Amino acid sequence: MTSPTEHLDPALRVEALASLLTERGLLDEATVDNFIKTYEQSVGPMNGAKVVAKAWTDPQYRARLLADGTAAIAELGFKGPQGEQIEVLENTPATHHVVVCTLCSCYPWPVLGLPPTWYKDPAYRSRMVREPRRVLREFGLDLDDNVEIAVHDSSSEVRYMVLPERPAGIEDATEEELAALVTRDAMVGVAKVAAP
Amino acid sequence: MTRGHADASYLLDSAGPAAPPRDNGELVFAAPWESRAFGVALALHDAGYIDWEDFRQALIGEIRDWEAAHPSGEGWSYYECWLRSLERVVSGQGLVAAGDLQARQSQLAARPAGHDHDEAGNGRHHGQPGHH
Repeated sequence: MTSPTEHLDPALRVEALASLLTERGLLDEATVDNFIKTYEQSVGPMNGAKVVAKAWTDPQYRARLLADGTAAIAELGFKGPQGEQIEVLENTPATHHVVVCTLCSCYPWPVLGLPPTWYKDPAYRSRMVREPRRVLREFGLDLDDNVEIAVHDSSSEVRYMVLPERPAGIEDATEEELAALVTRDAMVGVAKVAAP
Repeated sequence: MTRGHADASYLLDSAGPAAPPRDNGELVFAAPWESRAFGVALALHDAGYIDWEDFRQALIGEIRDWEAAHPSGEGWSYYECWLRSLERVVSGQGLVAAGDLQARQSQLAARPAGHDHDEAGNGRHHGQPGHH
């Protein structure tokens, strides 16, 4: 059931909604602006990159991260909406994990920020489950046939983050240098982390 | 009202060394209305007026309906689904009646171009032309 107003300009519809809520004292514009600014500027994949780099350099942290992702991530100060239950999936030479949300776009905001456009796209959401190897190839990730691909469908209960494999040949890199290599795509599982 | 601000300080930690999030990314929002629709939903949740799972279920429903009606995927807009869900939950919760929302939309749509001072109507609505 669509209402006739759905053909209106969405900017106008948002304005109508926000103005009524504000007049009724239900909405605080400063809070709205604060949330926008936070997710535009402050919360993003660099948070997850720090988590990954720490896991690569600190075996005890890595163990805690895999046992209880939410708690280990909170140790670094990352928590908040959409991060109530984060499970971390460790990629290995034998198993490659990749994350999708088939129903909507659940995503671990505290470590990755808001999802990119392709993650929300109907094609990604339906095809990653049906033909992951092919979709990954379209992302430029050509996995060997003997690598098992595990596709994880997010839900309201649990959000996933992938712990990518640490690239070889950079044993001397510091945690900060490592964090700079970790990409959002690698933490969703549609890419690997490449050595510099 | 802004109880989330204290909580949200944990979010403002980006001053650290591992600089900007967008190096392999893209703009988070494609248009200002998208960011506003996002911010309004979070603010209403933060103030305790909407339940996030209610909103998520509405969003799942909107996305499912849209996909069923548009098998080609053409014209897809995630934040249009988000906005419809938000309107639905806001009126479902009785925060703003659907009729009031439509009246305000009509009022804003009838505004002369370049004249967006919206005091005139002051919410005394009776369905503007084009609806019902």
